[in-house]
Amino acid sequence: MSGGAFVGMPAFPPFPRAAHEAVRNTTLRANLRHATHTIRDKRARAVAELDDWAELREAGKRIKDETLRHLDRYLEQLEESVVRAGGTVHWAADAAEANRIVTELVRATGETEVVKVKSMATQEIGLNEALEAEGIHAYETDLAELIVQLGKDRPSHILVPAIHRNRGEIRDIFREEMGAWGRPAPDGLTDTPAELADAARLHLREKFLRAKVGVSGANFMVAETGTLVVVESEGNGRMCLTLPETLISVVGIEKVVPTWRDLEVFLQTLPRSSTAERMNPYTSMWTGTSDAQTADGPRAFHLVLLDNGRTDTLADEVGRQALRCIRCSACLNVCPVYERAGGHAYGSVYPGPIGAILSPQLRGTGSEIDASLPYASSLCGACYEVCPVAIDIPEVLVHLRERVVQGGEVTRRGVKVTLKPARGHAAERAAMRAAGFVFARPGALRLGQRLASRTRRFHPRTLPGPGRAWSAARDLPKVPAEPFRDWWERTRGGAAQGSGRQEVSGK
Amino acid sequence: MRVALFLTCVNDTLYPDTGRAVVKLLTRLGVEVDFPAAQTCCGQAHYNTGYRHQAEPLARHFSDVFGTDAYDAIVTPSGSCGAMVRELYPRMGERARAEGRGDGLARRLAPVVAKTYELTEFLVDVLGVTDVGAYYPHKVTYHPTCHGLRSLGLGERPLRLLRAVKGLELVSLPGAEECCGFGGTFAVKNSDVSAAMGADKVRHAESTGADVLCAADNSCLMHIGGTMTRLRTAVRPVHLAEILASTEEEPLS
Repeated sequence: MSGGAFVGMPAFPPFPRAAHEAVRNTTLRANLRHATHTIRDKRARAVAELDDWAELREAGKRIKDETLRHLDRYLEQLEESVVRAGGTVHWAADAAEANRIVTELVRATGETEVVKVKSMATQEIGLNEALEAEGIHAYETDLAELIVQLGKDRPSHILVPAIHRNRGEIRDIFREEMGAWGRPAPDGLTDTPAELADAARLHLREKFLRAKVGVSGANFMVAETGTLVVVESEGNGRMCLTLPETLISVVGIEKVVPTWRDLEVFLQTLPRSSTAERMNPYTSMWTGTSDAQTADGPRAFHLVLLDNGRTDTLADEVGRQALRCIRCSACLNVCPVYERAGGHAYGSVYPGPIGAILSPQLRGTGSEIDASLPYASSLCGACYEVCPVAIDIPEVLVHLRERVVQGGEVTRRGVKVTLKPARGHAAERAAMRAAGFVFARPGALRLGQRLASRTRRFHPRTLPGPGRAWSAARDLPKVPAEPFRDWWERTRGGAAQGSGRQEVSGK
Repeated sequence: MRVALFLTCVNDTLYPDTGRAVVKLLTRLGVEVDFPAAQTCCGQAHYNTGYRHQAEPLARHFSDVFGTDAYDAIVTPSGSCGAMVRELYPRMGERARAEGRGDGLARRLAPVVAKTYELTEFLVDVLGVTDVGAYYPHKVTYHPTCHGLRSLGLGERPLRLLRAVKGLELVSLPGAEECCGFGGTFAVKNSDVSAAMGADKVRHAESTGADVLCAADNSCLMHIGGTMTRLRTAVRPVHLAEILASTEEEPLS
């Protein structure tokens, strides 16, 4: 397991504790509610336009599963193709290795600045922080990432990293912080979207024109030709991918697809699922390096293939479906828990339902936050319903809960290890065992029910201790005068009375 | 037609009125109902909290109790417990097989998987009725619970049944498909988020002006109802079976 990305960062509190604060933040709640419901409704309309959506979803799932089954083969094919096209391929087992590779590559150019395309993989490994520690400044060029970077904040959404910020907050961040990073915000900047976008455009344009090194991720890598694909909306990606002389792409190994034909499926499902667009505005594809005759494209291209827990995840036959994810974030936008807890509560660059199953697999379940993530769901299933590659997120959540409470065999850095049950579940384990004992014996169950019924006058309306978690916000149900089974036994289903309802005498 | 009532441990212990309503309703429709007294719990809470291995004996017990040829069907007034048997019992069997424990569990659970119906499925699909002769002169809004909606795919069935109830005015619930926040142990493990979801659900129910919030799962209604009384709202939670059991001669009090 590699926690490289989080070295030096404070440990994240377990999900319930982080969420406790977030649900009380009314501004955050309002921002998230407005944003997620808007995207959610638009997505539903965009998806409903396609009468073959179910088939596209199934095809996407199958392509990903087939690729993951033969991942070694497709990665080697990809490497060959990239090298043939003039690129260089680097293999990084974990975050630290990936950061080291990128740092050395930037250093070799003699540059101390890089411009970045929005990339989840580089956030996962904490690349910006690692580069900064070596005196290299990384500038985020995606509008939302820029807001996050200027605000010294953390992203809280995969697609819309600054979803937790409203226009007024963004204006304040631009006014206060832009000057320290480059061109300051124009005087009298208001919170209208057009003015904010314009301020960002002016600020970023200087960076694009100056930078000699670009850093990106990729949405897809096509094994047969070595082509990388970035799907985006703002055009900043296109600038970063074409203007700098050196391009370094850090990509998770699960992003490979075998052929161009496979893109046909994902280029339909990804935009509709993420931004609710029929087609995204910018799709950039590049294959290796451009020669001197070509106007566009980098002169040097490096692909860093990132494992960082992916091979271990692949070894788990239930959990591996998480690797199908194409980072559309549809699951975040429909999740009632995400909507109320916000992205930061997930303690990872991957928030929401997909984060709750990815982080504890990529990082292991050793930390408080990672052991709490599988429980950050009511298992309502809305995420599975919208997932364009049919990841059964509730199934994986329950699977990971089992890993937390029961332990068992997992793969860590390619080696099979046996996990012990996590601490902090002793009372729950005892309760489950006790319940199992009672439920194995109908007589014991009846005894308990009768005891509850007979003492019902003395039941409190609220509970002390751990029971407060229920009764702080909800009244307890009233225990009836007799359980159903006693009524049934007494009346044989009310047959004697000819009625299904009757007063209980209290016997 | 002879059916076994799989009432669920929650209903048996806390909501006997729902059980009596199912018996009354099915009996009125000419179905012979039996309540196998050896039934306890399907194991859903164990399974969903991560105790799959401890849910297995409960599933085997369930199958022993209900999986006899004496019953044409197993009927339950709970979407989530119905989904446990139909969706998760087969998965438990598959996992046991994947763990090298053979087909034993899958074979043992198979008879109950095929015969288990959630109440509205049984009424609409098996009995082929939507008008069950019910009378309920109230303004009602319906909350489709997550497992009923997404795991079992109950769809329009509950609404068709409600629309046919005499005197009932059905009003639609804003954000109906959003989870109420119960989620079993989620309600206590993540009580802040759960309570926030519950409060939003209750607020939506109140906005409809309905007297009654109806659902087909008392676990969710326990959470929603507990939130309602705490927030002192005018809306009451009522299980769908109790509405369908109510008639002009014997109205639900």
